[in-house]
Amino acid sequence: MAPEGAHAHEPYAPVFTAGSPMRARLDELLTRYPSKMAALLPALWMLQEARGWVSPDGIEEVAALLDLTPAYVRGVVTFYTMYHQHPVGRHFVQVCTTTPCNVCGAEDVVNAFLRETGCGELGVTSPDGRFTVIEVECLGACGFATPVMINERLVECVAADSVKDLVAGLD
Amino acid sequence: MGYPHPSHPRETPVLSKHFGDPEARTLAGWRARGGYEGLAKALTMDPVEVQNVVKDSGLRGRGGAGFPTGVKWSFMKPDGKTHYLCVNGDESEPGTFKDREIMRWTPHQLVEGTALAAHAIYAETAYIYIRGEFDEPIRRVEAAVREAYDAGILGGNAMGSGKRLDVHVHKGAGAYICGEETALMNSLEGRRGNPRIKPPFPAVAGLFGQPTTINNVETVSAAPHIVLRGADWYKSLSTPANPKSTGTKLFSVCGNVARPGNYEVGMGFPLKDFLYELCGGPPAGRRFKAIIPGGSSVPILTPEECETAVMDYEGIQAAGSLLGSGGVICFDDTQDMVRQIARLARFYAHESCAQCTQCREGTAWTTKILERIRDGEGTMQDLDTLLAIADNMTGKTICVLSDSCATPVVSGLKKFRHEFEAKIRPSRASVMIPSFPGTVAA
Ligand SMILES: Cc1cc2nc3c(=O)[nH]c(=O)nc-3n(C[C@H](O)[C@H](O)[C@H](O)COP(=O)(O)O)c2cc1C
Ligand code: SF4
Ligand code: FES
Repeated sequence: MAPEGAHAHEPYAPVFTAGSPMRARLDELLTRYPSKMAALLPALWMLQEARGWVSPDGIEEVAALLDLTPAYVRGVVTFYTMYHQHPVGRHFVQVCTTTPCNVCGAEDVVNAFLRETGCGELGVTSPDGRFTVIEVECLGACGFATPVMINERLVECVAADSVKDLVAGLD
Repeated sequence: MGYPHPSHPRETPVLSKHFGDPEARTLAGWRARGGYEGLAKALTMDPVEVQNVVKDSGLRGRGGAGFPTGVKWSFMKPDGKTHYLCVNGDESEPGTFKDREIMRWTPHQLVEGTALAAHAIYAETAYIYIRGEFDEPIRRVEAAVREAYDAGILGGNAMGSGKRLDVHVHKGAGAYICGEETALMNSLEGRRGNPRIKPPFPAVAGLFGQPTTINNVETVSAAPHIVLRGADWYKSLSTPANPKSTGTKLFSVCGNVARPGNYEVGMGFPLKDFLYELCGGPPAGRRFKAIIPGGSSVPILTPEECETAVMDYEGIQAAGSLLGSGGVICFDDTQDMVRQIARLARFYAHESCAQCTQCREGTAWTTKILERIRDGEGTMQDLDTLLAIADNMTGKTICVLSDSCATPVVSGLKKFRHEFEAKIRPSRASVMIPSFPGTVAA
């Protein structure tokens, strides 16, 4: 799935068109809460699932559906770390470097990822578009140092010397 | 069972009994292990009776603050208003990863506890808020909720009781602060996760402005066991010496330790035995230098302070720290405490929601100063400045994230001051730099 930004000149194709499976999911979600606004985080998740990131056009679409202003939705999007405000690599790699993992060598793991993926720098997508590597705060898996999230998949107990094979296994 | 290591004979597995056993994940498997009997019993009882059993059991909140659960539930009165239960599965406190295992291995244990707690507080609707990074736990809990609806455990006539019980899973999107109870409510409502000023307390005006109870995943998961087997049974699991901390507690152990993982012991368990017998002590050839016993927000202990401590709310407090969320972080003698305390400060600076000045500025400056000390650029005066900032960050903000950042700095400076001083270059030590930043340190 190519990130949407690669085709930024193309017109925006809405995600929640009437009759679409996404719209059906959103309609079901709306029954769970007494306010439309409460469906905002789930709707943004669905947008990101469909498009790979939360684009300004996507924000406008969600805002209109939930009777919110785009500015309000942008304010919410920017509060949370997991919504991508820019397209990212096909494999979004998040390495926990918070203290419990840090004492187990997490910084070596990050450096190994930067080297093996060709990203070189944190937050920069590799030239082939495959990888983006970032440091992340505690993933709630501290006993399995170092945990690494690759897209939504959590890989436990990653050591610096196992990174090469891990990266080789990703397309 | 036990996970990722087999259960130790000195553990008391109640909540963790089926960790590592994939069969316990399904409704059939959970029922075969006695699941949903506690909920069935509770649904035949009046909510006040349920509250009383839990009050008598001495169960206290496992999210960090240790508030008595039955008392919290008793704030919710049958007033005809719509009530909500929020279950806190945000689990983002560094060192803590117990709720994750409850959700991954025994999702029905959580669904059962959630339904029971909702009944106990006169609520028909419960939301389980799970941090967005917990992909597997979310999928497991969602699957369990679906199974429970299909079996009529949830829905318009929960277990044939005539009561409506709805449970929904709500996925977070990355923010430690959303574990704070009022921030969680804001996040659920579709807002930025800023904590709210209290009062009003959630029991008066919480989620969607309605009376709300917020409980940790581990707290509600313990409740069905208590209702089924009784308050006395629960109290018998912990040392009778301290009636204020009862039952079992899941402790997550991580950092420099031979066998990291989750361990469930009766309250009052000796910390030293825990660290050395259950967890295997420090990695081979090393020694412990420091232990944080309750998640990153509590004071750091030295190994000497751990010698005689017992693991319950009062015992850890007597040793100079707090039980917190039960995340035990171990540091061995190869660790640089300045570097690690600086890293912790960076965590809080990253996670501050930034609405209080003391927290926004304090976490940022604390990090900046600690990192320059770490890099050999610090001055002796920086140490005083750190303490002055810490003082200004404690007890003055909307929530305690600010205090949590100050805590490891103050305890670290007290107990490992020599490591800080060793990093301050002699030529710098005597140089007077004007107090900085003046407004914060005032
Ligand atoms: C910054 C901050 C983060 C918190 N994170 C969590 C968390 O991730 N999980 C949790 O259960 N409680 C967390 N808490 C505590 C909650 O505010 C609340 O006390 C708890 O969920 C109540 O449940 P309990 O009574 O069952 O412990 C946090 C508190 C603060 C101040
Ligand atoms: S103390 Fe910090 S995290 Fe808590 S409300 Fe204030 S600024 Fe936000
Ligand atoms: S500190 Fe790395 S997962 Fe918690």
